[in-house]
Amino acid sequence: MSEHELRVSKIRNGTVIDHVSGGQALNVLAILGIDGEAGESVSLGINVPSDRLGKKDIVKVEDRELSQSEVDVLSLIAPEATINIVRDYEVADKLRVERPDFVTGVLSCPNRNCITQANEPVVSKFDVVDDGVRCTYCSTIVREDIADHLDVD
Amino acid sequence: MRHDHLISANQLTREDIEAVLDRAADIAENPAAFREQQAGSVLALCFFEPSTRTKMSFDTAMKRLGGDTTDMGSVESSSVKKGESLADTVRVIQGYADAIVLRHPSEGAAKMASEFADVPIVNAGDGAGQHPSQTLLDLFTIRENAGLDDLTIGIMGDLKYGRTVHSLASALTNFDARQHFISPESLRLPRSVRFDLHEEGAQVREHTDLDEVLSELDVLYVTRIQRERFPDENEYHKVAGEYQIDLDTLDAASDDLTVMHPLPRVDEIAPEIDETAYATYFEQAHNGVPVRMALLDSLLTHE
Ligand SMILES: [Zn+2]
Repeated sequence: MSEHELRVSKIRNGTVIDHVSGGQALNVLAILGIDGEAGESVSLGINVPSDRLGKKDIVKVEDRELSQSEVDVLSLIAPEATINIVRDYEVADKLRVERPDFVTGVLSCPNRNCITQANEPVVSKFDVVDDGVRCTYCSTIVREDIADHLDVD
Repeated sequence: MRHDHLISANQLTREDIEAVLDRAADIAENPAAFREQQAGSVLALCFFEPSTRTKMSFDTAMKRLGGDTTDMGSVESSSVKKGESLADTVRVIQGYADAIVLRHPSEGAAKMASEFADVPIVNAGDGAGQHPSQTLLDLFTIRENAGLDDLTIGIMGDLKYGRTVHSLASALTNFDARQHFISPESLRLPRSVRFDLHEEGAQVREHTDLDEVLSELDVLYVTRIQRERFPDENEYHKVAGEYQIDLDTLDAASDDLTVMHPLPRVDEIAPEIDETAYATYFEQAHNGVPVRMALLDSLLTHE
């Protein structure tokens, strides 16, 4: 067994998210709402040496196939990520991370005076703009450290 | 206007703006012809922040169109005090009225309200966000006094929190306007507004000193710098004093300069300017009624 396979073992069915920017694996899980409570088996490689990225993270989630829209949200924190859908140990599908036009319910607005931060029945929504995201409600632009604004518990 | 709501000046095209301004000019010319235009319609005034002028201006506009208004009253006396959400307030009040004018202290409030309302929402100010009906009357005033094309305008004061500034700057990108922004470093335009201006390819420059650009201006739009933006009284007086104008300041200005202000002013414009040909701020305030008549009429008739 090679060194690489030792780090994160093969899965039978599920999704492999590779080439995640180093240190972002836990944020990937947070965005996808994966906390292990549903009983899924998750394995992580954090800061694995990578030719392309220097250091990368790998996330493997068993028995769950990510949708294109879930994958697109990952583009905000892991633009280089590659996603393989695995069925019966074989790569059945490869999904490309594409920047979505907007994301809902994923980020919370850093502007404390934004209506989405008040006690209102409204879900946060951000338009994805060049090198950042922008609150659809108050127009606040977030460029740096988008992962700091993840709205997940 | 083809819009269901008026939330932000960003949504307005040159065509939208000109249609409202043309209608406002017709109204100003012959108000009697519009006296029955909205007979039977009711406009709800929902002001979650104190405002006398904007509210009176909308109230008068609706009544001069033959319509009526219903006022939510002050926040202290309303259900909001009991913890009702804005979303619920809007869902209830839309059953009482054909359109809602909303002022609210949170940015994005009008946008959210429009998602819960089947009647037109007019944003009359959302925190430090937008104030697009003010912009329409500002544009009307600029068009009457200086023209909207080949315009050089200086916008001065609190550019960071000034919602009238944000809306005006955005709307001016529809015209051939060179915009100069004059403010202390700490109150320059927010990133989101600069982003939009950049996206629109607007001709924009920022200054800390009015003298750098005063002589080139056709219009000088002055806004108030509020005390609460500064940590202490001394700092406020020192900074705000540099952005106040009097007759001496205007020595370097063109004789045709139009001086505007969304009012109320405190001491940004010395009273000695009031009697000069520069002063256009009272005319600007008066334009609020015909312009809001035109706006309400077009939203209520969907044209
Ligand atoms: Zn926001």
